[in-house]
Amino acid sequence: MDSQLSNDEIRRYSRHLIMPEVGLQGQQKLKNASVLLIGAGGLGSPLGLYLAAAGIGKLGLVDFDVVDESNLQRQIIHGTSTLGQPKHASAKARIHDLNPFVEVETYNTALSSDNALDILRPYDIVIDGTDNFPTRYLVNDACVLLNKPNVYGSIFRFEGQASVFAVKEGPCYRCLYPEPPPPGLVPSCAEGGVFGVLPGIIGTIQATEAIKLIIGAGAPLIGRLLLFDALDMRFRELKLRKNPNCPVCGSHPTVTKLIDYQQFCGIAPTSDGLTDEERITPRQLAGVMGAPGTHPFLLDVREPHEWEIVHLNEATLVPLNTLAGHFDELPREQEIVVYCKGGTRSAKAIDLLKNAGFHRIKNLEGGITRWATDVDPSLPTY
Amino acid sequence: MATRISIPTALRQYAGNNSSVSIEAPTVGAALKTLTAQYPDLGKHLFADDKLRSFVNVYVNDDDIRYLDGETTPLTERDEISIIPAIAGGNAKD
Repeated sequence: MDSQLSNDEIRRYSRHLIMPEVGLQGQQKLKNASVLLIGAGGLGSPLGLYLAAAGIGKLGLVDFDVVDESNLQRQIIHGTSTLGQPKHASAKARIHDLNPFVEVETYNTALSSDNALDILRPYDIVIDGTDNFPTRYLVNDACVLLNKPNVYGSIFRFEGQASVFAVKEGPCYRCLYPEPPPPGLVPSCAEGGVFGVLPGIIGTIQATEAIKLIIGAGAPLIGRLLLFDALDMRFRELKLRKNPNCPVCGSHPTVTKLIDYQQFCGIAPTSDGLTDEERITPRQLAGVMGAPGTHPFLLDVREPHEWEIVHLNEATLVPLNTLAGHFDELPREQEIVVYCKGGTRSAKAIDLLKNAGFHRIKNLEGGITRWATDVDPSLPTY
Repeated sequence: MATRISIPTALRQYAGNNSSVSIEAPTVGAALKTLTAQYPDLGKHLFADDKLRSFVNVYVNDDDIRYLDGETTPLTERDEISIIPAIAGGNAKD
């Protein structure tokens, strides 16, 4: 149902209206358009703000996370005053402050194979601002099945990628990457970090492409992969082709409904392969360290710059990716407690140590982050 | 003249922290073999059972080698190889 612009809206959008490429017609199209944002985080922040400012009629926000202090280095749709609030609610309030003419629908849920088609169906365009491979493949496949354009963006440290997957005309994410990396082979942003401005740049490119698709202006980023490197300050463009044998958008698709994406990405639910004897909680460790007698050898497998932020007394630093070269320096008779930031890298380290013949090893559950929460709140968390 | 291979951020730690490495080789496959002989840890991330991993794309200039001649794609001195792995940025928990 088309609705006309009010006089207030005409005043608000005047800088669009006086450009022939947008004009009254284009602005009307924006008002009648609906866009779904998957994720209200780093990419979702500039996306939500610019799409709202541009006058998109309806924005959907899918996010079940809450605003954390460590988000505010880049997630500019949220603020210090909304710490602890659900991100969808924080983002909705900010969007309404920026532009009360935008209708905002929120979904306080993790997108899954069970709900994705129903959530995506009412929207014209889907924007992928997710932070993990299972959701990325889920969004891609759902968009192909529903024949909706998927405006893609992804970031790591100082590098970003963007493209538009619109399968009538071009390739999809699976044409680019048929299969996800096995877990652990590509570092996450929490391990690798992310330059705060980067999602601002990539998210703004995604917003640009969404607006262009709606008003039908310019050359869309279909069949092209835009690469951005903030350190070199270089944009590059690679050709993307539709894979005729693509399992989801090819001529003989083998994926015709949504699958189990956790399994597809090789993520086993909550299993780190450790036995109960190989785990120790921060409180248990604090008890042992506070008692007289021989203390366990504390092995920190994070990176040196993380060690500089915070580390445990008596600990020894050997980053996970150099561990294999330092087995000789570790005690074989003494108990070893391995820790990292959250407990994932240390679990991998334990795997390596076991294969190297170490027996008395324990993983500090929840890492130094949980130590700071449960044992020593004076320590910084990051 | 050597061909420049640009190394993505995510894999630089396995390539002596270099953002690019120059290698003299007649084909893409030969260039990658020389590169991974120089940096064996990088090899594990690029290849599995001697095959290029499916989440790692290799481009010569702006073309995916899957649509050229794969690893036998010949190189000329002005060509640039890019290794582009899948990335999934955001706030995943450690």
